[in-house]
Amino acid sequence: MLELDDIHVSYGQLPAVRGVSLTVGEGEILAVIGANGAGKSTLLKAVAGQLPLSSGAIRFDGVDVAKLPAFRRARAGIVMVPEGRRLFKSLTVEENLQIALSTKRSGPWDLERVYEALPIVAERRGRLAGDLSGGEAQATAIARALVANPKLLLLDEVSLGLAPVVVGQIYAVIPSILAQGTSVLLVEQDVQQATKAARDVHCLLQGRTSLSGRDLALDDISRAYFGA
Amino acid sequence: MDLLSALLQGILLGGLYALFATGLSFMFGVMRIVNLAHGALAVFAAYGVLILVRAGITNPLLALLIVVPLMAALGYLLQRTILQRTLTESPLPSLLVTFGLSIIIENLLLLTQSANQQRLSLGALDTASISLFGGIRIGVFPLCVLIFTLLVLTALSLLMRKTQFGRLVRAVSDDPDTVALSGASPKHIYGIAAAIAFGLVAVAGMANGVQAGFNPTSGGLLLIFAFEAVIIGGLGSLWGTLLGAMLLGVVQTVTASFDSTLFQFAGHLVFFVFLVFLPNGLIRRKVRL
Amino acid sequence: MTASVQPPTPTQAIRVAPRIRRFGRASYLGLGVSALLVIVLAVLPYYVPLGSTREVTNLFIYVILATSWNLLAGFGGMVSIGQQAYIGLGAYGLVTLAGLLGMNQLLAIPFVALVCAVIAIPISYAVFRLVGGYFAVGTWVVAEMIRLLTIRVPELGGGSGISVAPMPGLDRDMRIAVGYWAALVVAVLVIAGVVLIARSKLGLALMAVRDEPVAAATSGVNVTSAKRIVFVVAAAAAGAAGALLAISTLNVQPTAVYGVQWSAYMIFIVVIGGVGSIEGPLIGAFLFWALQVLLADYGELYLIGLGVLGVVMVLFAPGGIWGLITRKQRVNLFPIGYRLDQR
Repeated sequence: MLELDDIHVSYGQLPAVRGVSLTVGEGEILAVIGANGAGKSTLLKAVAGQLPLSSGAIRFDGVDVAKLPAFRRARAGIVMVPEGRRLFKSLTVEENLQIALSTKRSGPWDLERVYEALPIVAERRGRLAGDLSGGEAQATAIARALVANPKLLLLDEVSLGLAPVVVGQIYAVIPSILAQGTSVLLVEQDVQQATKAARDVHCLLQGRTSLSGRDLALDDISRAYFGA
Repeated sequence: MDLLSALLQGILLGGLYALFATGLSFMFGVMRIVNLAHGALAVFAAYGVLILVRAGITNPLLALLIVVPLMAALGYLLQRTILQRTLTESPLPSLLVTFGLSIIIENLLLLTQSANQQRLSLGALDTASISLFGGIRIGVFPLCVLIFTLLVLTALSLLMRKTQFGRLVRAVSDDPDTVALSGASPKHIYGIAAAIAFGLVAVAGMANGVQAGFNPTSGGLLLIFAFEAVIIGGLGSLWGTLLGAMLLGVVQTVTASFDSTLFQFAGHLVFFVFLVFLPNGLIRRKVRL
Repeated sequence: MTASVQPPTPTQAIRVAPRIRRFGRASYLGLGVSALLVIVLAVLPYYVPLGSTREVTNLFIYVILATSWNLLAGFGGMVSIGQQAYIGLGAYGLVTLAGLLGMNQLLAIPFVALVCAVIAIPISYAVFRLVGGYFAVGTWVVAEMIRLLTIRVPELGGGSGISVAPMPGLDRDMRIAVGYWAALVVAVLVIAGVVLIARSKLGLALMAVRDEPVAAATSGVNVTSAKRIVFVVAAAAAGAAGALLAISTLNVQPTAVYGVQWSAYMIFIVVIGGVGSIEGPLIGAFLFWALQVLLADYGELYLIGLGVLGVVMVLFAPGGIWGLITRKQRVNLFPIGYRLDQR
C-alpha cells in the first residue's frame, strides 16, 4: 500500500535520507529503527508531506503523492502522530480530536470508538491539552490521529520521554488499529519495543538502509543499528 | 448633565472604535500580522460605498451588502498571495508590506478621488436621536453601531468556541504544521480569517463614513484609534477590546465637551498612561506577542 | 649516562593562527571612493546653479534619515513609523533656538540633536513595552502627541506654521551653500557614526539581537540597553535632519515636518536600497532623490509606484538593490565585519 522508491531527503544542504526503499502492505506494520540522526524521523516527515523529496517516489495505493501538500495526504489517509506529540495546547483534549475531523474521512474510528480504545483519553476529554502528562498527551495524539481514520498511520518516536509502563500501554493499542485494516509505519529508537510491536524491521544508518527483514536476530540488528 | 451626555456619547463611540479594533486584533491573534493598512482599508471601503451610492444604489446599507463580500474576497486574495509570504519568523516583512499597502491605497484614493471631506448619508437616520431621561439625547445611528458591534463580538466569540472553524483558527495559531497533518490547510484558514477581518473593517469604514465623515487620508487616525483601543483593553481579549474602545471614546468625548481641540490628544495620553503603567491593559490575558 | 628524552616535535599539521583583518580590499576601495566623493560634493556649489545646490541638500537629508532608520530597523530590529516626531522636534527646535533665542543656526544643529536624544530616552521606556507592529504604531502615536503639543504653542505659529529668518550676514547664494555644507557634514558624520557602531561591540551585539534575541540575551548581551542606544542615536540624527530642513526651506509647517510621509520615504528608501547594510540606504536615497527630482509633478503616482516597488522588494528581493548586487559575493564597501587571512 505504501511504497518508497529510492527516496532522498535533505535538510537544506545536508542529506538526511540517501536512497531508501521500502514497502508496507495493507494491514501490516513495519518498524524503522536506527540511532539518533539516522534519518528515521526525516523519512516519516517526508512520507507525511512535511519535507520535500530531493529525488525518488512515494507511492500510496499506487499513486505518486510527492506533489501533494501535507493536508491533502492526511485527507488521502496518510496520518502522522508527530514527534513530541504536538498537541494544540490551548484546546481541550476533545477539541484536539475534533480538529482531525478535517480529513473528512469515513471509517470505523469515530469519537466514541476512539474513546473506547483509549479510556485514558476519554477520562480527560474536557481538560486543556497543555495540562496533560507525557503519557496522557501521547495517548491523545494517537487518538487524534485515529479520529482522522487513517489508512496508513505514521508513529514518530511515541516512546520518547515516557516511562516504560506507559509505553507498554500505548503500544497495547496497536493491534486493534491493525485489526481495522490500517497499516502502521513506526519509527522507534527503542529496539526491544520495536521488535515486540513489529516482526518486519527496517534499520537505518546515516540515512541509508543497513538491514531489513522479518524476525531478525537481535545480534544482527545491533550490528546494523550501530554499524560494524 | 452635559457630562453625562458626553459620557453616553463616548460609550457609543466606543462601539464604533471596537468594531475597528476587532478586525485588527483578529488578524493579529490568528496570524501575528499587525495590519498597518487597516485604517486605509476602512477608508477604501467607505469610498467603495460612496461610489456605488453615486452610481445609483442610493442606500449605503445596500451598497454595503455589495462592498462587504468584495472586501472579504480581497482579504482572502491578499492573504493567500502576498501576506502569506510575510509569515516568517521576523515581523519585519509583514509590517513593511502592510505599510506599503496603506501608502498605495491612500495615494490611489488621493489620485482618483477628491481630497474633500466626504460623508455617507442614511437620510433621517444620520441625525435621529432618542430622548432619554433628564433631556439627554443619544444618536440612533451610533446606538445601532454599538448594538451591531455587540452582535459581532458575540458571534465571533461563539464562532471561536463552538464551531469547527473556530477550533481550527485556535489550533492554527498554536501549531499550523500539525493542523496540516490533521487534514486542514493552514493557508486556507489564514485566508478566511483575513476575509473576516476585511469584511469587518468594511462595515466599520462605512459606519465611520456616516458618523464622522472621511477623506483619502483619514486612514491613519482610524488605525491609531483601533490600536489604542486594543492596547487599553488588553491584547488577546475580544471583550477587553470593547472596554478599551469605550474608555477611549469616553475620554475623547468628555474632553471634547471642555475643549474640542484636545480630544485626540486626550485619547493618546490615556493610551500612553496605560502603556506605561498598565501594559497588560484592562483585561489581562497571557498573550504570546 | 642517561639518554635525554626528546620532546615530541611538532608535526607539519600545526599551522600558525590566521590573521584577522577589519579592512577588506573592497573596503579600501570604498573608503577611497567615499573620500573622493566627499571632496567633489564639497566643491559642488561653486560649479552648479543654485537650484541644484538646493536639490542636493535634500539628497543629504534623505541620506541622514535613511541611514538612521536603517540603524533602527536593519541593525536594531525596530521598525518605527514615528521618526517624524524627531524631524519635527528638530525643525521646531531650530526655530526656538535660532529664531526665538537668537542662537547661531549652525551651532543650533548639534544642540537640537542633543535635545532630541534626551527626549527620546523617556519615550524609549514607554514604547519598548511594545514589540513588532504594535511598537510601530506606538511610535506613530508618540509622533502625533508631539505634533499636537507643538501646535498648541502660539509662539511657534500654532497650526499654520512659522517661518525661519535666514542666517544673518550672508547673501542668498552663500546662505544656500552654507546650508548645503552643513547638510553634507551631518550626513558624513551620521554615516561615519553608523559605521563605527557597526564595527564596534555594540554593532555585534545588535546583529546578534536582531538574529537571535534569546540567544543574545543568554550570552550576556544587554538587549534593552543596546536597543535604547540605537533608538536615541536615530532620534538625534532625525532631529539634525529636521533642523537642516528648517534651515533650507525657511518655513516650518506642522503637517510637513510631523507628517507620516517621512516614515514612508525612509522605509521605501531603505527597503529598496537594502535593509541592514550601510550601502543599501545610500543607494536607495540616491534613487529616491533622483526619481523625485525627475517625477516631482507626479506626486501620488510616484508614491504608488514606490509603494508597489517596495512591496515587491520585500517579497522577492529582501536584501534590496544592494542585496541583488552582492548576491554572489558578499561585499563590504565600508570596514565593518571581520575577514580571515588564510595562510
